[in-house]
Amino acid sequence: MLKKLNNIGDAAIVCDFGDEVNQQVNNEVIKLFQHIKKKNSLNILPGILNCTPSYNKLLISFDLRLTSSKEIHNFINSVDLTILKLDQKVKEWIIPICYNYELDLKNIVKELKLSKEEIINYHLNTTFFIYMIGFVPGHPFMGDLDSKLFLNRLKTPRVRVPPGSVGIVEKFCNIYPYESPGGWNIIGRTPVKLFNNKDMLKPCLLSPGDTVKFKSISKKEFNNYQNE
Amino acid sequence: MNKSFLKVLRSGVNTTYQDNGRFGLQHFGISAAGCMDQESFFLANALVRNKIEEGVLEFAYQGPLLKLIKGNTKIAITGDVNFNIINSKKEITNGECNRTYNLKEGEKIDILATKESVYGYLAIEGGFNIKPFFNSISTLVKGKIGPNGGNKIIINDEIAFNKNSSNKSFLSTRILSKKFNAIRVVKGPQYDYFSKLSQKEFFSSNYKVTNLTDRMGMRLEGQRIKNIISTNIRSEGIAKGAIQIPADGQPIILLNDHPTIGGYPKIAYIISADYDSLVQTKPGTNLSFECIELEEAEKLYKEKQDKISKIINSIREIN
Repeated sequence: MLKKLNNIGDAAIVCDFGDEVNQQVNNEVIKLFQHIKKKNSLNILPGILNCTPSYNKLLISFDLRLTSSKEIHNFINSVDLTILKLDQKVKEWIIPICYNYELDLKNIVKELKLSKEEIINYHLNTTFFIYMIGFVPGHPFMGDLDSKLFLNRLKTPRVRVPPGSVGIVEKFCNIYPYESPGGWNIIGRTPVKLFNNKDMLKPCLLSPGDTVKFKSISKKEFNNYQNE
Repeated sequence: MNKSFLKVLRSGVNTTYQDNGRFGLQHFGISAAGCMDQESFFLANALVRNKIEEGVLEFAYQGPLLKLIKGNTKIAITGDVNFNIINSKKEITNGECNRTYNLKEGEKIDILATKESVYGYLAIEGGFNIKPFFNSISTLVKGKIGPNGGNKIIINDEIAFNKNSSNKSFLSTRILSKKFNAIRVVKGPQYDYFSKLSQKEFFSSNYKVTNLTDRMGMRLEGQRIKNIISTNIRSEGIAKGAIQIPADGQPIILLNDHPTIGGYPKIAYIISADYDSLVQTKPGTNLSFECIELEEAEKLYKEKQDKISKIINSIREIN
């Protein structure tokens, strides 16, 4: 449920759906996100620049030349949130992962007292929900992992994590789209390109609200995929 | 094809194509980018009679050296910039900002440096001939998005433009000094995360702009701000101008190329009317912050827009 609206500077507001982080709360965020996107594309709500869903919040930034905090507040307050429905266009993705290209499994085995196979199976059996995409282009934050796999961030983040690396922290799983620094526990790597800066229609593969299941592939399949 | 273009003989350190920014993609992790100093950007376009949101070249500190290989054009440079126009006989004219110059084949523009500011703009009559990506030619270097593969301009690049100028008149305007006392802010959503003493000190002491400053963010150095609740929050969407306080207590102001989401508490947000002044502040300068209410911030932004319109309306022909 929408708990409050806060002004973020003079050209953005944030819709706060409370402190809980779960799929139900995030669904509320995504529903409002999709609703505003739609209104904006129909030019019913001019001046909206960006709409950014996160776990439990929706940030709306706007052009102060065209609208104001007050107008956005009034609009949000006029929306009957109880009748909004999730867009049916959400996709169910199957993403290949090669668990041989891991960096942390050995340590995770020790820390969680589970075998490598058990860890992989828990991961493969999870249908992940994409809470949000961001920080850098195409980077998904997904959940929820089985509580048996809950881990903290690495004590010392890595300076370089290879592109496609799949990491886990707490109940969340991510995929690094680019080579970048990173503090998540890396359990495998996908050859799938999550972001294509040359695609003029759909540069980002995944969307907030989509679901992801992983499919285990061998090193050979990984390399074939990359050569395609 | 009979294309008109400039060639890059020296790139400068931070030269990129920018316009008003690329919007509607932040939920994919793509921040808007766009010109840092909107006022100088609008003015550069207005001088060459473009739409004010037409794409321009933005540079910081040392700018590019460009040679007009083919065509004739009219340009304007805005900001606080030291530059020369060099004709084919190698005669040098000292350039003035906020006026137009007609450039003929073989002539060069040498943008030596920005003076008491960081960013400068070069607009060209009719705009650059660049294919937009999602309605914008802004470059987001960190995400590799925009023209040039999302990269800065480099030596030997060819910069194509749309229109050969036949208009021989010169246009000019005067702008008022941008001196300011304090950067004004409104309270941020996590203002109460900080101790009463730190809240007071944030508004009463000076913060130095450090060298760790670029289009993504501006790191400040000064009185440490003490967090009394939590130095991390659940990651949430970011809007430019956020002043976030990481665990070390030193503020970072997030600018146009900011990460799209972040998990540090924010003590305050820069008001839109003062954003241009902020980004033009050079490293080493001391800043202070003044807290105002939202209504006043909105009023100041309207006044600023009126001021920009006045400057644009005062553009006159010169001899």
